[in-house]
Amino acid sequence: MSANGAAATPQELKERIEAGIPGATAEVTGDGHHFNAVVSAPAFAGLSRIAQHRLVYDVFGLEVGDRIHALSIQTKESTA
Amino acid sequence: MSDETMNPMREQIQAAIEENPVILFMKGTPDQPMCGFSARTVAILQSVGQPFAAVNILPHPAIRQELSAISNWPTIPQLFVDGEFVGGCDIVTEMYQSGELQQALGLDAGPTEPAPEPQPAEPAPLSIENRL
Repeated sequence: MSANGAAATPQELKERIEAGIPGATAEVTGDGHHFNAVVSAPAFAGLSRIAQHRLVYDVFGLEVGDRIHALSIQTKESTA
Repeated sequence: MSDETMNPMREQIQAAIEENPVILFMKGTPDQPMCGFSARTVAILQSVGQPFAAVNILPHPAIRQELSAISNWPTIPQLFVDGEFVGGCDIVTEMYQSGELQQALGLDAGPTEPAPEPQPAEPAPLSIENRL
């Protein structure tokens, strides 16, 4: 179904967000297609909500809407 | 962007964004949303009494491609107000709950209420998913 083979898992998304955004912590839930991510990161400081969400979407690029069918995001600033 | 030449589809989308003070690109129509996120966003706009233009992206996959190129945003729905990208379902929901949405729309922010749940749509007869 996808180039990446295995279905996405919440754990995979969590690890990729935390690896992709410096200092981020993520709580991810989901069923393999629809995911919800609550992400805290110092990198969000001073960014608009749109820019914060873009940072998270950018971790996954074109996989969003495809292998990761839907990704809901809530972002929070955290102190470093 | 390496490709500087505008294409007609992108120009059309850009024109629609500029010409409509509030425009929602969604899956399905306000009367028959085809995705829970689009349904929720429609429900929020309706609950604040905001008239809006709506574009169903499902019939023409190229709309989504060009729209995402314009907005630099990967998911649908996408709400634009006064030509500016405001956000998708998550951001619109947060803004609604905090009253920012009503402000951005120039409406009176009444007491904030929990986001309205979309009417449970009947299971779509066709499972339409945009794979672009």
